[in-house]
Amino acid sequence: MNLSRKWLGDFVDVSDISNKNYCDTMTYTGSKVEGFEVLGEDIENVVVGKITKITKHENSDHLQICMLDVGEGSDIQIVTGAQNVFEGAIVPVAKAPSKLPGGVVIKAGKLRGVESNGMLCSIGELNLTTHDMPSAIEDGIFIMNGLGEFTLGMDIREALMLSDDVVEFEITPNRPDCLSVIGLARESAASFGRKLTVPTPSVKATKDGDKIENYLKIDIASELCPRYTARVVKNIKIEPSPLWLRMRLRASGVRPINNIVDITNYVMLEYGQPMHAFDYKCLDGSHIIVREAEDNEKFKSLDDIDHTLKKKMLVIADEKKAVALAGVMGGANSEITDDTKTVVFESANFNGASVRVTSRSLGMRTEASSRFEKGLDVETTIPAVERACELVELLGAGEVVEGMIDVYPSPKKQHIIKLEADRINGFLGTNLTEEYMKDVLTSLCFEIKGDDIYVPSYREDVEGMQDIAEEIARIYGYNKIESTAFVAQLTQGERTPHQKFDNAVRDTLCALGMYEINTFSFISPKYYDKICMPADDKRRKSVVIKNPLGEDTSVMRTTSMPSILEVLAKNNNLKNEEVALFEVATIYIPNEDEAKLPEEPKQLVMGMYGGCDFYDLKGTIEELLDKCGIDGVEYKAEKANPTFHSGRCASIYTKDGEYLGVFGEIHPNVANNYSFGKKVYIAELDFEKMFEVRNKDIHYKALPKFPALTRDFSFVCDEDIEVGTIEKIMKNASTSVVESIKLFDIYRGVQVGENKKSVSFKVSLRAADRTLNDQEADSAVKKILKALERELGITLRA
Amino acid sequence: MKETLNKIKAEALSALDDASCNIEEIRIKYLGKKGELTSVLRMMGQLSAEERPVMGQLANEVRAQIEEKIASMQELQKQKKLEEALVNEKIDVTIPGKKRTTGKLHPLNKVQREMEDIFIGMGFSIAEGPEVEYDYYNFQALNIPENHPARDTQDTFYITDNILLRSQTSPVQARVMEKQQPPIRIISPGRVYRSDEVDGSHSPLFHQLEGLVVDKGITMGDLRGMLETFAKTMFGEKTQIRFRPHHFPFTEPSAEVDVSCFVCGGKGCRLCKGEGWIEILGAGMVHPNVLRTCGIDPEVYSGFAFGMGIERITMCQYGIDDMRLLYENNVKFLEQF
Repeated sequence: MNLSRKWLGDFVDVSDISNKNYCDTMTYTGSKVEGFEVLGEDIENVVVGKITKITKHENSDHLQICMLDVGEGSDIQIVTGAQNVFEGAIVPVAKAPSKLPGGVVIKAGKLRGVESNGMLCSIGELNLTTHDMPSAIEDGIFIMNGLGEFTLGMDIREALMLSDDVVEFEITPNRPDCLSVIGLARESAASFGRKLTVPTPSVKATKDGDKIENYLKIDIASELCPRYTARVVKNIKIEPSPLWLRMRLRASGVRPINNIVDITNYVMLEYGQPMHAFDYKCLDGSHIIVREAEDNEKFKSLDDIDHTLKKKMLVIADEKKAVALAGVMGGANSEITDDTKTVVFESANFNGASVRVTSRSLGMRTEASSRFEKGLDVETTIPAVERACELVELLGAGEVVEGMIDVYPSPKKQHIIKLEADRINGFLGTNLTEEYMKDVLTSLCFEIKGDDIYVPSYREDVEGMQDIAEEIARIYGYNKIESTAFVAQLTQGERTPHQKFDNAVRDTLCALGMYEINTFSFISPKYYDKICMPADDKRRKSVVIKNPLGEDTSVMRTTSMPSILEVLAKNNNLKNEEVALFEVATIYIPNEDEAKLPEEPKQLVMGMYGGCDFYDLKGTIEELLDKCGIDGVEYKAEKANPTFHSGRCASIYTKDGEYLGVFGEIHPNVANNYSFGKKVYIAELDFEKMFEVRNKDIHYKALPKFPALTRDFSFVCDEDIEVGTIEKIMKNASTSVVESIKLFDIYRGVQVGENKKSVSFKVSLRAADRTLNDQEADSAVKKILKALERELGITLRA
Repeated sequence: MKETLNKIKAEALSALDDASCNIEEIRIKYLGKKGELTSVLRMMGQLSAEERPVMGQLANEVRAQIEEKIASMQELQKQKKLEEALVNEKIDVTIPGKKRTTGKLHPLNKVQREMEDIFIGMGFSIAEGPEVEYDYYNFQALNIPENHPARDTQDTFYITDNILLRSQTSPVQARVMEKQQPPIRIISPGRVYRSDEVDGSHSPLFHQLEGLVVDKGITMGDLRGMLETFAKTMFGEKTQIRFRPHHFPFTEPSAEVDVSCFVCGGKGCRLCKGEGWIEILGAGMVHPNVLRTCGIDPEVYSGFAFGMGIERITMCQYGIDDMRLLYENNVKFLEQF
């Protein structure tokens, strides 16, 4: 809402308050100001002048030399290229030096050898349009003859009423009453403790015996229209509005059109009540019927767009056709034209939600609809239509026919709230007197009778004690409320075990040299192709956004692998050489029943490239799982996951055989899809499963008291036999004295033969209660060796 | 004999005075089996019985003195050698160290955790709720009925007519109040979604941290007090807060809250755009309709709620001027926090 401070001055005098102070105070009392603009500020030293003499420029075909009387006693000389000038013309003169909108500076100079002490201006150069100045032409000097009485030398801003201070308010949807000059005047008066004066419009009307009943009948056939008020104006003369009115509309950001249309806009801005004017002759049967549309009813709006209406949409109709879409836009069939003679001014109230649904479903958001949908005051219809008629008379735009039709089937009762001063103080934490509270409420136009607060009809947002408390608090000043430490029942603040685990996992991965990332939850469905997900994979069934911003962010991810791959690829493009990342990422698994919410489990994804290999990633996972107390996990070669290299991928299982995750080198095709050109390793772990199987309890184990013995041995075995298999057999065959078994070398070479490898283990043996002797150690080792020979047929390397 | 002994002593001690002397050679020369002192002692037999103990004592004294001197010289020479060795082992200490890297938390999550810790210290628990949420919890339970214009301020992504991506963390409030009677003191941080195109200060996905306190006798002064404590802990002891009246459908009264700029302290700088204040959160007293809808009697209880954008606070705190950096995840960016 752009408020002209000149216009505001019609209702409250705050002219002594600077723009800055005005804006700050209004913001602190609840009308948020976005900023202000000083209109005319960009024009300097431009005055009204009269051309006294024109002579031809000797060295030019198109230039003319004008002598101008600018009220200075002697004329000034200006050379112009414009052809529409004549002796006696009243024109805007930018005297050198002067400033024009857009940062243009006019200086004295010579044009083809002839001195020119300024410039004659067109409307464009003054940042005006033909809407603002209907008599002007666009490409020529602005001829002001006939526009009014001007003193020569008068500042053009004064002459054309260009100066104003415009304050831009951000009005919240609960205060549609403030989308008006009068509404903001009320707020201004209360904020500055000034007197508010809102005159009641007075209409003379014709005294020729003509009555509105001779023209019109109105029926409301839908509850969606609580009130419909109308007046008729005859003998209309369509012409431009006077300058003052045009300039007020311009300052408010509304384009002047003609007197009748301007009046409806003026009243809308002043009272907040959208108005509509119908051409009376287009109303079939002289009958206005407010009704809901028929299914598939056709309607052409005044912007010449055809619409197909549906039931529940409210229309204003005559006996044959819809003439307006209630609260949204008028129809082309009843539009005001230059030969309109009689108009019907509509000032009505429509159900906000209904207007909203209609304007949304037809894609027509108008100034009127955006006001109506917030819910307007049902009591403003009369003052608004009266004001419109008053303006008609003031402008001499027509003759107002005697009488008014006001259809208001169930008048609204005024809302009454008890003033409970103690409760309000208890709620705000203040200590204000009841007297003060009453004063504040009175200044905001609430009526107080005893302890009863009569809420003005335009304050539908005020429902109860809390709302009254807010009214008082905002005028008193939110920042005067003292800060207190609340006395309340003790609560314990703590993270849940799941939240603690989440933090622990992330801290551990950071300690292991991984950077945490944050990626979007929505992805493109094409990302599933990029990770080579099979066409029938159930993960392709995602939660789909109905109105996405774009295809790239159109589905909620069911795996976070594409997210981390995108980030890795981005870093690779940025030439970051060694990168190791992770994210504890939420994924979204659709519910079978679409009316229910999806599951939102978390995944842990990791990814790395540069200076690392499969075993770096595996080592990180091992350390993490160890830190989480998840032991006994098993790593199995995974050949069938299409995202990964079939020979360099492992699945992780808990000791109870439950799936925990997958990791490995990504498949060359996937690497290609992301243009990596290098080996990239990623992991995807089921975070919720990790949480479930984590070991919550740590028990201290007594430190060893007796020395350990170690035995190293190497076997030669087929290349295909996995170390994991060997380790498993060794562990199964271990007696209680075997403390640990560790792989320490793998060797391939001529000595061990083709497709063979030599694997070396260090076995540490220890007894808790005695020093182990060699025989005991050897017999434990022998048992392990026997098992290996029996199950894999491998023996010690000679 | 006495003279001989004294001469040996003098000679030996003076030989040992040379710092670079060969100690072993000197020891053999004087104290060895065939050494000079030993030779003198061999002649003790020729002495008289009176002379013998006197000379014996003198001889022992000379031996002890020489031995002592040898020991001290040995220690001296050992230290000297060590010194030399250390000089030879000298390294260039200005060569950069071998890197041992830790990773880092994402700045958003780091700031989120800082904020959580402050509230946990004030007795808050962390509540969580779904991101894909029912319209009911995101809007209706929060006093925003269908076709309410307040819905315009939050352009929402829809999944079905009744399911959406939550546009705020406030639905968690409603879920908590529905399940739990006061006292309630929770925060709920998390992802929220709005249909905004990505640019330097907008993102269709961002993070909020919401707080809710409901109990008997909670006042607006309490809300101020709590936010002031938070702001001072988060941004520094000198931080001030400022309330501006605003409107949120789920609180009444409602306010936008500014903190004094923690870079310039209120004088005006680039971060606060010369205002001296930075808007960081929205807050207010929980609307009675919301309490009622969630099964809490507004005649008995009152409460306050507040919400803030974690991106905004992170960007202010680290001076990040483009929101996109937070989601680009460039390692060069991540390693700075």
